[in-house]
Amino acid sequence: MTKKPLLEIKNLHVHYITNEGTVQAINDLNLELYPGETLGLVGETGAGKTTTALAMMRLVPNPPGKIVSGEVLYKGKNLVEMKEADLRKIRGNQISMIFQDPMTSLNPIMTVGDQIREGIMLHQKVDKATATKRAMDMLEVVGIPMERYDEYPHQFSGGMKQRVVIAISLSCNPEILIADEPTTALDVTIQAQVLQLMENLKVEFDTSMLMITHDLGVVAKVCDHVAIMYAGTVIEHAQKHKLYRTPKHPYTIGLFESIPNVHETTERLKPIIGLMPDPTDLPTGCTFHPRCPHAMDICKVEFPEVTHLSDEHWVRCHLYPADKEVE
Amino acid sequence: MKKVMLEARELTKYFDVPGGKLHAVDKVNFQIHEGETLGLVGESGCGKSTTGRLLLRLLEPTSGDVIFDGVNITKLSQREFRKYRTQMQIVFQDPYASLNPRMSVAEIIEEPLLINKIYNNAADRAKRVKELMDTVGLAPRLLNVYPHELDGGRRQRIGIARALALKPRFIVQDEPVSALDVSIQAQILNLMDDLQDEFQLTYMFISHDLSVVKHVSDRIIVMYLGVIVEMAESQELFERRLHPYTKALLSALPVPSVDIETEPIILKGEITSPINPKNACRFAGRCAYRQDLCDQQQPELRELHPGHWVACHFAENLVQTEDIVVGGSLSHPDSTVTKPSQVIEEEPVTEVEQAKSEESNISK
Ligand SMILES: Nc1ncnc2c1ncn2[C@@H]1O[C@H](COP(=O)(O)OP(=O)(O)OP(=O)(O)O)[C@@H](O)[C@H]1O
Ligand SMILES: Nc1ncnc2c1ncn2[C@@H]1O[C@H](COP(=O)(O)OP(=O)(O)OP(=O)(O)O)[C@@H](O)[C@H]1O
Ligand code: SF4
Ligand SMILES: [Mg+2]
Ligand SMILES: [Mg+2]
Repeated sequence: MTKKPLLEIKNLHVHYITNEGTVQAINDLNLELYPGETLGLVGETGAGKTTTALAMMRLVPNPPGKIVSGEVLYKGKNLVEMKEADLRKIRGNQISMIFQDPMTSLNPIMTVGDQIREGIMLHQKVDKATATKRAMDMLEVVGIPMERYDEYPHQFSGGMKQRVVIAISLSCNPEILIADEPTTALDVTIQAQVLQLMENLKVEFDTSMLMITHDLGVVAKVCDHVAIMYAGTVIEHAQKHKLYRTPKHPYTIGLFESIPNVHETTERLKPIIGLMPDPTDLPTGCTFHPRCPHAMDICKVEFPEVTHLSDEHWVRCHLYPADKEVE
Repeated sequence: MKKVMLEARELTKYFDVPGGKLHAVDKVNFQIHEGETLGLVGESGCGKSTTGRLLLRLLEPTSGDVIFDGVNITKLSQREFRKYRTQMQIVFQDPYASLNPRMSVAEIIEEPLLINKIYNNAADRAKRVKELMDTVGLAPRLLNVYPHELDGGRRQRIGIARALALKPRFIVQDEPVSALDVSIQAQILNLMDDLQDEFQLTYMFISHDLSVVKHVSDRIIVMYLGVIVEMAESQELFERRLHPYTKALLSALPVPSVDIETEPIILKGEITSPINPKNACRFAGRCAYRQDLCDQQQPELRELHPGHWVACHFAENLVQTEDIVVGGSLSHPDSTVTKPSQVIEEEPVTEVEQAKSEESNISK
């Protein structure tokens, strides 16, 4: 297949320079986001998902953060080298982001309704009255009664604030929407509604989405492709059905095994043994090798390259030697 | 009978907001037994955190009482309450906001020991801090690190260590794993389980993740807009859900598989505002089974089966939903339920279609 990615990350390295040492947050990361598709980015906390998202918009805080090398290609243009002024036009208009912490994007001294209205007026070119009406509709869409238009963020619960941020982002009709754990704080009925809303957006405006989440249930529901991240690199990247039916990387397999299953009673969960490595002192070779049940000698010394297993399915693991059919 | 450790009686919290009185928690009644884990689930904003805070008197109730070990702690002066405060702790929802960014890991864990003057010398305190870090699996090298330098899983471990510092008997876990990925989540849940055994802890576990709540809880409370709509033993609730909201909730649970087709009941219709709500079922605006009575009278929480409580006028008439997944394939949740006033045995297909078309009329 010769689909061309709308956005592509190539061999990205991002470091945070701190007093305790250099945090190697992103290490040789590759990622492809196709037009009109939703890519799920899944990984352990600290794996570098938020940093990846920030790097996509070149918003990594500097200092302490630094994009050391690599490319972020948006429609062929390298955002890493783009002038700040050009980049600013892309942010918010073409690429919009729902931040993990809703207060990053909310103004504490402005009512939630006005904040949604402001976004609508900025991006949809309508008058104030129409924008107010649409802002009220958006509130209801994310499950908040419109009577609460005039309240301030601190009067809302965490999940409600998150929904306001979602309402604002969706009102901008961006080409790429990066959503950092957008539904983590929501209950499932509202989540179902919000995911439906995102789905509509995708169909109506052909929006591409990067959905950062740790919920493999949400990924199964809404994503087309999935990228699994570990210690700053994508270790498996596949079309959704391939990943769920035939996960290949030992880490991916471990992830699926640690989810509590509502359909059966398990006394004890089966987490992957060990902890995430210290990002200032990553293991040599495959960064997963100290926790991996299949680690071989080569895993301790050599960082695995990308191996394409089949169309739309690649993995970084020595169990799958490059350019061989594996099944 | 198990011993009751904690009891909420007509516990109520209203907030003054521009539109009027917001009924965050409205006359809730429940008991927590010694050694159990009571799960609390429900929509965001339905009053879960507020309930947790009321139990610990981090918020003063508008009315109602909290009874701990037979003592009405709401009536105590702050001075008298102090000896209970150390026995009840909370792990906060948001590991990003709940830790003071200007304090190191050691200082955060030490703080409750200092405030409550548990040890009178620094060496004993430091020893206890190290011991707590070890208990929750934090490496000693993190002693002088600041929370913002750590990932969410380690931050949540700090919160747990801090909550354990005063050797409490009861801990409110307010969404302790919501911000964590599944592998770390499994570790933290196992950790909490071990701690519960080791220190004979009683938990209230707040979450919106039903698979997690089911895994950890002995009993589960489902809340909707400030009131309890259903309460039952965990297994019982999943097998026989009685309230229409619980049915929708369980149907919307995303399943981590591409081979199980789930069809969430998407709730439509108007969402009742928690500000000055009228005497009606709070779920009526979104309920597919609503009748006139639902708009005229708020249903009481009643015990329909032993230990299984529900607040719905028509709960006994709603046909039971089967367990969500039947042999790997999923039946549409709607196909086994019908309007309460109708008899399903006769013509289920028509009834279902009718229910569906009525539902879509509501949304128009
Ligand atoms: N401002 C910063 N200064 C120093 N280190 C940082 C900073 N921001 C992030 N890091 C570190 O970089 C690594 C990647 O962090 P990032 O926030 O991208 O992870 P994440 O995958 O989004 O995690 P989570 O699931 O907890 O949100 C972590 O080790 C983190 O501690
Ligand atoms: N300080 C406050 N002032 C006004 N209203 C408040 C305040 N705190 C909470 N509320 C309101 O009380 C209701 C219950 O909030 P609460 O935080 O208990 O919800 P929650 O169930 O914990 O939600 P979430 O799952 O999003 O954390 C919400 O409508 C919220 O807006
Ligand atoms: S490369 Fe080796 S250590 Fe890494 S996941 Fe594969 S088998 Fe395990
Ligand atoms: Mg993050
Ligand atoms: Mg809460």
